[in-house]
Amino acid sequence: MEIFGVPSALFGSQLLIGLINGSFYAILSLGLAIIFGLLNIINFAHGAQYMMGAFVAWIALTKFGINYWVALLLSPILIGALGVVLERTMLRKLYKLDHLYGLLLTFGLALIFEGVFRDQYGISGQAYEVPDALKGGVNLGFMFMPIYRGWVVVAALAVCFGTWFMIEKTKLGAYLRAGTENPQIVQALGINVPLLITFTYGYGVALAAFAGVLAAPIYQVSPQMGANLIIVVFAVVVIGGMGSIMGSIVTGLGLGLIEGLTRVFYPEASAVVVFFIMVIVLLVRPAGLFGKAA
Amino acid sequence: MSQNNNSLFARATPLLFGALFVIGLVAPFAVYPTFLMKILCFGLFACAFNLLLGFAGLLSFGHAAFLGSAGYVCGMLVRDLGVTPEVGIIGGTLAAGVLGWVFGVLAIRRSGIYFAMITLALSQMVFFFALQWKATGGEDGLQGVPRGHLFGLIDLNNNIAMYYLVFAVFCIGFFIIHRAIHSPFGQILKAIRENEPRAISLGYDVSKYKLLAFVLSAALAGLAGATKTLVFQLASLTDVHWHMSGEVVLMTLLGGLGTILGPLVGAGVIVSLQSELADKVGSWVTVIMGLIFVLCVLLFRRGIVGEIQALIRRAGIN
Repeated sequence: MEIFGVPSALFGSQLLIGLINGSFYAILSLGLAIIFGLLNIINFAHGAQYMMGAFVAWIALTKFGINYWVALLLSPILIGALGVVLERTMLRKLYKLDHLYGLLLTFGLALIFEGVFRDQYGISGQAYEVPDALKGGVNLGFMFMPIYRGWVVVAALAVCFGTWFMIEKTKLGAYLRAGTENPQIVQALGINVPLLITFTYGYGVALAAFAGVLAAPIYQVSPQMGANLIIVVFAVVVIGGMGSIMGSIVTGLGLGLIEGLTRVFYPEASAVVVFFIMVIVLLVRPAGLFGKAA
Repeated sequence: MSQNNNSLFARATPLLFGALFVIGLVAPFAVYPTFLMKILCFGLFACAFNLLLGFAGLLSFGHAAFLGSAGYVCGMLVRDLGVTPEVGIIGGTLAAGVLGWVFGVLAIRRSGIYFAMITLALSQMVFFFALQWKATGGEDGLQGVPRGHLFGLIDLNNNIAMYYLVFAVFCIGFFIIHRAIHSPFGQILKAIRENEPRAISLGYDVSKYKLLAFVLSAALAGLAGATKTLVFQLASLTDVHWHMSGEVVLMTLLGGLGTILGPLVGAGVIVSLQSELADKVGSWVTVIMGLIFVLCVLLFRRGIVGEIQALIRRAGIN
């Protein structure tokens, strides 16, 4: 069976890779969007926090024999807690200043984190084995799908939509949305906005760490794994416009798929296709697909 | 009171520049010239960056693209087409200027953090081109770029001759930046940085001025990159990698954002630190750079030169 002259198995597997990459783009740009919404800070350390999430899972398994499922919970909690500490001790001091200082501070933090892990673990990647329960694959008829990859897509989507639900449909989410609109009034209504901000940053960072654990069995766990990914995610954010939570999820998944398709038809361009799309979107809609004009 | 201080600065500035110029002339006889050339190249790069961030308030996170692409263009011109070094430098500078125009047209449609992210993403595209295109040598970069003869006459393989070329290039670039800042154009840039809506309401075509500043900054960053390629006879991926874009932000921030000499001081400190530490502490260089970054942002946002100026000002008042 062929699709546009390409064997369906190849077509399907590239689409699956695209969908998986898209899931990571979606979780990471969602985390960035949440943090940006309330803190007005572009969290440049997001890639490093994703990398640390993967490393916590790897260290937990190799040093302490803690399995994947525990790591999937433990790593976001640990890295999220680190995020809370960073927010309380450093980011908090910058809210009154130009937004650019937040970007610069988190960039510095990213350098520190990456440097420490590179010193400890070198630049070569570490392998993390797929957990037993998710080994093997299923034959879908037109292609063979490894179960773990299917799980990643499902888990990522579940977390993304869970977050969307929490923000759009619950009371906590309502506070959050109100806080991004007008922190002073929300504060005056007796809601602890600084605590809300701390929680938000911690949650956004935990999302990055969660993505890191999901990524560990697929990609090599290495200090650089987040550094190059984060720039693509920035492009995703520019394309999506960071206007809405749903926007970042949809844009992330969509761009992953487009990247996968490019890999089938014109592999040389797959690394830059997202940036090309960014240029086109900027020319047509400077505020991004889902963004409100500034 | 501040009027007095400003005139104090104005009177001291020519003296300071004169002294620095003399130091620059005799320096290669006291310090290893290659090290000085590195500082001057990165110093010019940082000054060009500061023209944009410090005076127009535009944070470009993609300036490595201009440094690196000018380096590649200059290297290809000199090595593969056999042109003389000055033609290579001019070619690299022009290429960076054109690239800067393309980036600028796309990026100035958004401001603030978006501007930074767009320039970063665009520069990552340049990185992938440098990595995948055969002519740029991929992972190896362009190696064995000859320094050649300046105007076909002066042999640049002599380190002292090369140093004076770099020094001249730096002085020209620095002079252009200095002139630009102290011209009506520079005043308009400052007005835009301080209050963009007001500048618009005064009737200035803000986008045009921003774009002009961006192109100028990109071309001067390219001038630094092309010269650097001749000095080290190499154009490599390091110069187009986004870490380099971060490094130039660090140099500028550490030296003093929006000060004339700050970026040069910042470049000097960072280059010295890197060459001192590189073989001693390995990966900790990155950690130390990150720590300096964090400390600059949290504790002394005015940078080294900015803090010194503030001290002088305070002393003047008392």
